[in-house]
Amino acid sequence: MSDDAQLVRERTETLLRAHPPQSTEDGDFLAAQYDAGLAWVHFPEGFGGLGLGRDLQSQIQAQIAEAGGPAALAGINGIGIGMAAPTLIAFGTDGQRRRYLRDIWSGARICCQLFSEPGAGSDLAAVATRAVRDGDEWVVNGQKVWTSGAHKADIAILVARTDVDVPKHAGLTYFMVDMHQPGIEVRPLRQITGEAEFNEVFLTDVRVPDADRVGDIGQGWKVANATLNNERVAIGGGARQRETGMIGIVAGAWRDDPALRRPEMHDEMMRLWVEAEVLRLAGMRLGQQLAKGAPGPESAAMKLGFARHAQTLSGFEIELQGEEGLRFDEWAMKRPDHVDFNGRGPGYRYLRAKGNSIEGGTSEIMRNVVAERVLGLPPEHRVDKDMPFKEMPR
Amino acid sequence: MTAQPTADLLYTPDEEDLRRSVRKLLSQKATPEANAAVYDQPLEGVAPVWGELAGVGLAALLVPEEHGGAGATAREAAIAAEELGRNVAPTPFLTSAVIATTVLAHAGATDRLEALAAGESVAALALPFSARTLPAPSVTADGGRLSGRITSVAGAPGADLLIVPVVDGATTRLHLVDVGSEGVTVTPVLSLDMTRQLADIELTGAAGEALEGDASAAVEAGLLTGAALLASEQLGVAEWCLETTLDYAKTRHQFGRPIGSYQALKHRFADLFLDVSLARAAARYAADCAARGDADLAVAASVAQSFCSAVSVKAAEECVQLHGGIGMTWEYPAHLYLKRAKADQVALGTGAAHRAALGGLVGLPPA
Repeated sequence: MSDDAQLVRERTETLLRAHPPQSTEDGDFLAAQYDAGLAWVHFPEGFGGLGLGRDLQSQIQAQIAEAGGPAALAGINGIGIGMAAPTLIAFGTDGQRRRYLRDIWSGARICCQLFSEPGAGSDLAAVATRAVRDGDEWVVNGQKVWTSGAHKADIAILVARTDVDVPKHAGLTYFMVDMHQPGIEVRPLRQITGEAEFNEVFLTDVRVPDADRVGDIGQGWKVANATLNNERVAIGGGARQRETGMIGIVAGAWRDDPALRRPEMHDEMMRLWVEAEVLRLAGMRLGQQLAKGAPGPESAAMKLGFARHAQTLSGFEIELQGEEGLRFDEWAMKRPDHVDFNGRGPGYRYLRAKGNSIEGGTSEIMRNVVAERVLGLPPEHRVDKDMPFKEMPR
Repeated sequence: MTAQPTADLLYTPDEEDLRRSVRKLLSQKATPEANAAVYDQPLEGVAPVWGELAGVGLAALLVPEEHGGAGATAREAAIAAEELGRNVAPTPFLTSAVIATTVLAHAGATDRLEALAAGESVAALALPFSARTLPAPSVTADGGRLSGRITSVAGAPGADLLIVPVVDGATTRLHLVDVGSEGVTVTPVLSLDMTRQLADIELTGAAGEALEGDASAAVEAGLLTGAALLASEQLGVAEWCLETTLDYAKTRHQFGRPIGSYQALKHRFADLFLDVSLARAAARYAADCAARGDADLAVAASVAQSFCSAVSVKAAEECVQLHGGIGMTWEYPAHLYLKRAKADQVALGTGAAHRAALGGLVGLPPA
């Protein structure tokens, strides 16, 4: 064990002794974990970290889990922990870091992301929500969409337009916003499945102190990209077992219910089984590349593969189920805490999977990204590149 | 049904060294012009480049050290297969150094291996190249004399040793037949892929050395290892097609722009890049399972065949299409890859045959 790993192990032991998980509230434990520099161990000292290697974090989490302590709140505060926090480390002031990081880690303040707009989807830099300076404050007006968790959020990361006279990328600024204030209205956005995972957020004369501006005025695109890059790092994960996920459900149905099997569907069943297995192996290979410190360029393309697979497989499942495939488990408008592909019926899976090629970058945009950044093909023509935002056709 | 946590899906530095030396040699000795020439002037005997490749040890990779071989594993053999897919040189690597060598080693005919390892002898398993498993018997043995006809045998032109499976009731026996001996006629046939030419074999009372014991497991091992490593060859074919077409799309201009700047093409390239990336993982897993003798090899090989054979064909078809007119010419090498890819898709079982077999292996029967 390296010296750093030893140091971290001892500090975690000390933390667990001082705050026994069995008699400590989760939020209090997490706050203490932050104070001990064991929240984001790669962050600087005093801001939840010790300035050590990022790989040590999994050792800490495993040690805490073993002692019965709480897991990181990646599920309910993923945007805060995985996106807002690293962005504050990269671009925030010490004051902002002190104000937010501890609460983000402990779950005292849940964070949502106010980026996408009705008119700025794939072209995120075209956001039109305006922030106008008023003394020590900014006044924000506009509409955001596809905001997950906005109805539970205490704070938000916001990208808004502060200058319409310069080209779109140059006129954006990044803010931290208090979600509990007048002028913020959150409405559920009911989607194709009947439920509402996401929200629309309307901002009317919302006041944001200039002290909550992250990065310079006009630097918002750069700061937002740091956030989005962290999103890509946060995605991924460990090696999976064969037949985990949706393929396990479909193959399991085929295996367990002879009445469903039809010889004319067997080749397609096996084609999908093979595709699931190959995606699993490719994910495993990427993980091995990452572990060697040499991430492969393939990762950019994997999202395309997962979307294609989930959509084809879920479509096949409805046909496989035949009569049962005509039924649906639940149309009621609900607010799920997380997407549960596997806990619902085939119709839900089919409909929800349609989003896989849209959310987090459409498959069309992902193909452009792969073609241009990985394969080195010439970029798309961008007619609005040097055009002041106010002159852009929208 | 568990994942194999020990599977290494990457390439080791030693494997990359092997790749470099094979690629260098092939680039010097197996030019596209030389590879295309076999369509007009079929080889008599084995291509000279095979002697060079055997000289750097490719024939010896899967032969154990005690029998004069390199004692390497299927992981190294997969590197050679990838490079021979990228080049499509006419060599008996897959048919002799992988399939025949594996059969002989499993059948205990180790006295034949030294000459194979040295490249002095070339062997072929006398089965149609399309066979995924041992097909219905077409050769009979009568008092040690073999008679019958075996069609479309890959690697038979140029081979001096034929491994002839003869099914007798529940037993499969192997007979080793020297090509020059009486009653053996090997007739090369025009093949879709002349870089791996087929031959029909006619046996009329031919004498052969009969090996002891049931050899069905040895034949299955040869075909399985062959299928696992064919996936690496298919990966090599697909990689060449992707990279060559990509280069072309960056330089070829129409309407005043590189054709690779059009989204219609860029998106096809992105999809192909994804498929080739996935094929690499599948081929690597199959090679690694073969190298470790993993119980998951049959699943891994059929997964890899199902996936990689289709990707290889798609890459070669895209290569022809996206090159436009020049892709259809005899002069440009794209056609060599299309012919290899399409023939490889049928070789050692089609994708559909492997998927059907896979259903049995993973408990997903057709009905």
